Amino acid sequence: MDNLKLHYDVNGDDFSVAGENSSKVKKMLKQLGFSPDVIRCVAIAMYEAEINMVIHANGGFIDVDISPERVKVELQDKGPGIPDIEKAMQEGYSTASNRVRELGFGAGMGLPNMKKYTDELNISTEIGKGTLVELIVNVK
Amino acid sequence: MKLSDVREILSAEVLTGEELLDKEVHSACGCDLMSDVLAFVKDRALLLTGLMNPQVIRTAEMMDIETVIFVRGKKPDEAIIGMAKMKDIIVMTTDYPLYIAAGMLYKAGLGNV
Repeated sequence: MDNLKLHYDVNGDDFSVAGENSSKVKKMLKQLGFSPDVIRCVAIAMYEAEINMVIHANGGFIDVDISPERVKVELQDKGPGIPDIEKAMQEGYSTASNRVRELGFGAGMGLPNMKKYTDELNISTEIGKGTLVELIVNVK
Repeated sequence: MKLSDVREILSAEVLTGEELLDKEVHSACGCDLMSDVLAFVKDRALLLTGLMNPQVIRTAEMMDIETVIFVRGKKPDEAIIGMAKMKDIIVMTTDYPLYIAAGMLYKAGLGNV
């Protein structure tokens, strides 16, 4: 069986629809019969990453690659890049604006959450160009 | 505890999901920070919050939270209620503030996450 591939564009200007793609993927995984654990891990990690794309990085696009063994989500943004990934991985560290905090995010839990809910988290970032986040959840 | 009990304890108004109040809830979380909800809520829980935007409903969806209760008399707009309805998420509003609402449910035997 070929892997199922999905592609989504993420609008960087509209916070109210941020996360809608994660919602679609969650539904799709449910229809495909993945276990609730796998679905939950993918949904939460992807949602955090999608929110990040909107609040920090002017949007971008998402590619999802689903196989019976694992779910891989790649998120490519057009943002400023992450100057210090090690710092960004620390719980509580955030560069988010007050506006973002008022919306309930920007608590410095985004990347730590992505790590917590995935088996593999790869980040490649280039200052001024953007960031590529790769999330992999294995099916146990 | 049944959601109908939760409604009674908090004198809450149900904005969507009236037909789902027979469902049981085992834990609750009071939080305005969605990042923390995503990090710490473990089981299917009820969310009490004073935050009011569509991401509250979407966070609930991701966490399999079936009930969201807005505190301090806050009423979400039609867009938020419509979104919750589509996702089968029950939405209530109570006049009690977050601390009091959480205390009342805890005292009535609803555990934490």
